[in-house]
Amino acid sequence: MTRPLLNVRDLRVTFHLRREGDWPWTPPRNLHAVSGVDFSLNPGETLGIVGESGCGKSTLARALIGLVPAEGQAEWIDGKDLIGLSPGKMMKYRNDIQMIFQDPLASLNPRMTVGQIIAEPLITHNPRLKRPEVKERVKAIMEKVGLLPNQINRYPHEFSGGQCQRIGIARALIVEPKLIICDEPVSALDVSIQAQVINLLIRLQKEFGLALIFIAHDLSVVKHISDRVMVLYLGKVMETATTAELYSAPLHPYTQALLSAVPVPDPTHDMAASIVPLAGDLPSPFAPPSGCVFRTRCPRATGKCAAETPVPSGDSHQIACHFPGPLTEEEIAAARRIEAA
Amino acid sequence: MMIEQAKMQSLADRMVQDDVKGRSPWADARKRFFRNKAAIVGLPLLVLVVLFALFGEFFAVWSNEELDFAVMGQVAQMGAPSIENGHYFGTDDLGRDLFSRTVQGTQISMMVGVVGAAIAMIVGTLYGAAAGFIGGRVDQIMMRLVDILMSIPYMFVLILMLVMFGRSIGMLFLGIGMISWLEMSRIVRGQTLSLKNREFIEAARATGVPGWKIITRHIVPNLLGVVAVYATLLVPLMILTESFISFLGLGIQEPLTSLGALISEGADTITYGTIWQLAFPLFFFVITLFAFFFIGDGLRDALDPKDR
Repeated sequence: MTRPLLNVRDLRVTFHLRREGDWPWTPPRNLHAVSGVDFSLNPGETLGIVGESGCGKSTLARALIGLVPAEGQAEWIDGKDLIGLSPGKMMKYRNDIQMIFQDPLASLNPRMTVGQIIAEPLITHNPRLKRPEVKERVKAIMEKVGLLPNQINRYPHEFSGGQCQRIGIARALIVEPKLIICDEPVSALDVSIQAQVINLLIRLQKEFGLALIFIAHDLSVVKHISDRVMVLYLGKVMETATTAELYSAPLHPYTQALLSAVPVPDPTHDMAASIVPLAGDLPSPFAPPSGCVFRTRCPRATGKCAAETPVPSGDSHQIACHFPGPLTEEEIAAARRIEAA
Repeated sequence: MMIEQAKMQSLADRMVQDDVKGRSPWADARKRFFRNKAAIVGLPLLVLVVLFALFGEFFAVWSNEELDFAVMGQVAQMGAPSIENGHYFGTDDLGRDLFSRTVQGTQISMMVGVVGAAIAMIVGTLYGAAAGFIGGRVDQIMMRLVDILMSIPYMFVLILMLVMFGRSIGMLFLGIGMISWLEMSRIVRGQTLSLKNREFIEAARATGVPGWKIITRHIVPNLLGVVAVYATLLVPLMILTESFISFLGLGIQEPLTSLGALISEGADTITYGTIWQLAFPLFFFVITLFAFFFIGDGLRDALDPKDR
């Protein structure tokens, strides 16, 4: 088997938050945004990460790229652990890992031209490059992402959202990275533009042999682009499987509930009949439930779920659940009754 | 078809070939600025005042130090503005030419305003941007220091400084410069805090751009709008401060003069019927302030169209 490009073991991100007006000696409250995430990513593979708002998707991405301090292990292909590297040593890897952001316009400096924006990573990593060569490479990459190279001197506000996202992609690609982390790259775009950007990403991935970590809350987009999908809930991995397996036979109750909520483009389809409701709201991340974090909303939770934390088990299809398996009719009916009450 | 194929083809080629010139946010702002009526009145006014300050002395018949003995002693009767004897603005109480004194006063007042605003701009921007960008404890300490300095009644300190270390123009610049950057650094810090969490800063950090480059390349250019507006509004405030100090008799010393000092002298002698001694310095003082305020307002509307 080939060595994975990135092997993440027990990644944890904890924020120490202080409330406004706290005394300096008051201990800060700890928020476990990501707790104990494991996954591995092969070169050229796409890993989709899905979950509700606030489940730690974006924090996970920022931890990998070193924007937020994290603990645990993230082993790069050359055997180096990326977590806790000094900024100087991390510099070498920033070349290989690039990121695409959610808000296309906000991720571009309004006072810089497109050419300057795209060239920034290139100049940062190769300060000795001559100006004409930089311009040449910027123009080449603009062509690759479907922008007219003669628009190099324009400013971000002169472009549409989709074009801005292409600029963001060009900026990520120009240093020829091995991995691009896409943090909800299409959720700010409308559907037809989403398709263009996704297909562009797929095309570029094939061309450059890129690995992608694709974060989204839109399950159908993730299905389209990912090889494998990881489901997060409250900073923990619930289920990881190949896309086909996860979408056709989800085994974790949370994944099943999540998938049942995907809109179906069919006006005669009765959503209410197929949806599995989840009781209550997302628990506070300051005080996550004991044992399995999903137990407070799970239709199948028992005493064991509160006492023991389930460990992800399985080979290619990993599930962190004591009682995996498709939900039965009775369980769904029971969940509906709770929801109605 | 009626459309000439060759022409259309060449047009299409040109559109693909040439690098399109972008319309920068600055160009947009310039357009909005020139649509502002008050600002386009203020701009030529300011240019005229500056030209007056720079080149006025070439038109003066009398220097600012010469005493006109023909006028001395009967200023109220003989010292009125006249073309014949070369005192275009009349003379002051001692028989000195008010025209060249006004030119000199305008020079000094402008210089105080511009130097004060420049110190505020450079020190305030760097201090505020650094505090906001570094954040945490450093930010706390830096901003508390500003709070402490601001809580000192600066006019009192300034007057004490001038009394203790002698009334020199250098001391006046130092004193005004020291107080002017405080407000600016607060404004800049606030702006930096809101910029810091924007995604383009995060993108720069993710790709490994060093901190000082993020400040100079990403944060400062995005702050410049606010800074420019505040600086133009600061210039008249500095002029006012200097005038007040000079009015108290602590600022600029003879033979130098400033608009504030001239107005003070003019006000003293107004009971003798020498109205011109107050009117001319006051006129230049007022149009300078008006011009700066109009331009500052115009810049604000042009640079932050959202915050109107």
